[in-house]
Parts: sequence; structure tokens; C-alpha cells
Amino acid sequence: MFPEISLHILDIAQNAVRAGASRIEIRVTERAGELTAVIRDNGCGMTPGQCARAADPFVTSRTERRVGLGIPFIKLAAELTGGRFSLESAAGRGTAVTAVFRTGHIDCMPLGDLSGTVFALVTANPGLDFLFVHTVGERSETMDTRAFRAVLGDVGLDTPDVKRYIREYLDEMNREL
Amino acid sequence: MKSLEELRAIKAAAQSRLGIRNDDAAAVKVVVSMGTCGIAAGARPVLNAFTEEIAKHNLQNVAVSQTGCTGHCPDEPVVDVYVGNAEKVTYVKMTPEKAARVVAEHIVNGSVVTEYTAGAATK
Repeated sequence: MFPEISLHILDIAQNAVRAGASRIEIRVTERAGELTAVIRDNGCGMTPGQCARAADPFVTSRTERRVGLGIPFIKLAAELTGGRFSLESAAGRGTAVTAVFRTGHIDCMPLGDLSGTVFALVTANPGLDFLFVHTVGERSETMDTRAFRAVLGDVGLDTPDVKRYIREYLDEMNREL
Repeated sequence: MKSLEELRAIKAAAQSRLGIRNDDAAAVKVVVSMGTCGIAAGARPVLNAFTEEIAKHNLQNVAVSQTGCTGHCPDEPVVDVYVGNAEKVTYVKMTPEKAARVVAEHIVNGSVVTEYTAGAATK
């Protein structure tokens, strides 16, 4: 398990990268004693059989090692707080992972550095699009790399000055919330 | 919130530089392992430290990217550095502080930080 919910989110988003997604959505909503994290991608998805086995730590499609801990970890972390976990997937269409944490529970870990998670994902995968929506109570802030790309044209998201802009954009989102 | 106008200015500046440096795409590549094992061991702050240090040194031609678990879980965070045509250098058990040294000594000055490499760790 990880010490921060934002590290679980990073780990699940890595599955989306590996699933060949071109677009990954990360939505975090903090409201009424609950934190809901949704990670949705348009990658290769899973068959109903794979989906049913995904929360088993001794099942993985990798060949480097024989365990797959990402989904079991986030599921356990959410359920330990009295929250919920769900996985929806369709082969060829994509996957959505939802984890609900009860933030008042003593076993609920902090959200942690969510901006750091999104920054790492966006800058290290400049060819992919990310939609990041963070809602706290009634306030909501959004970062969509497609909006950046529309302005930038053929200047890449991995250009150093663009990375600095994205860092500042994420910091500003935090201040607004 | 930040304006897209600012991004337009960044685009214009980047395009004016393109004409000057149309050499090789990315002369240096930094690849951070970001599997569950890497993330648990601290890969996120390591990756972000590389990005920040590269910006501090104003290096334009360095790509920082990620890969999944490479099977070296006990040595995480693992980072591969590719400079030009030289053989890749694998750094193990990385931290943000070590990342700053690798950028300054290996990427800027061309001198591998041997003590952080996989080869040194297994001795």
C-alpha cells in the first residue's frame, strides 16, 4: 500500500498508459466526508474474465514478475475506510476504476501530492491527453491537455517552458480550491 | 486561473528557437520506471526532480519519460540515462537529491555518477 491516495491514482493511471490509452481522465471529488477518485481511459480494456480476476494480487498480464498489486492495493485502501471500489471495463473500449474513501475514517490516508501525480503523468507522457478535474465541495478546477495542445500546435507538451506552465497551472488550481 | 494567452507566448518563443536547434531530436533521454514497485519506492518525486533540475540548468534537449516495471523491483526507483550514442547508464535506488547530482554531473558535464549505478550497487 502507498502512504498517499495520490500515489494509488498514479499507479492506476500507469495501467491506463500500459493499456495503450490515448486519453486518460482523472477526477477527484472531495465532498461530504467522502473522497471519490475515478480514473478512466480509452485503452485496450479487459474481457469480463480478466475484469473478474483483476483484484487478485496473484494475477497479472506482465511477464517480469508474477504479482499485480495496483488494483488490489487501491481496492483494499478504499474498503479499509468503509468506502467502495468498482471496476468497469470493455475489451477494446477502455476501463474505469472508481475508489471511494471515507475521509473521516482513521485508516483513510491523506490525498497527498495530487498535483505531483498529474505533473509526472503529463510531462512523462507528452503524446497522451489528460483530463484532470479536481472538485472540493462546490468548487471545481479543470486541466485539459487538449486545450493546451490546441494553442501549442506542433510545439510539444514536453517543451521545458510548457512544462513550467503546466506546473504553475496545477499550483494555481490548488490555490483556487 | 492561468491564461492560454501565456501559452501562446511560450509557443511563439519555442518556434523562434526551433530554427536554431534543428539537430537531433532529444540528445539525452531519462527514463524512470513507474511500476507499482517504483511508485512505492519513490519514483514520482524522482521523476519530478529530474524535470525540475533539467529546467534549472535550462537544458532544452533532454526528454524525461517513463516506463513500467522492468523487473528490478528491489532496486527501485530505477532510472536509465541515455546520452547520445553511448551505452545506457542504469541508476538504482534513486532519490530527488541523487537526481540533482546525475543532472549536474552526468547530463551537463558528461561524467557518470558511478556510485549510484546498478554496477556499483551489486559490488
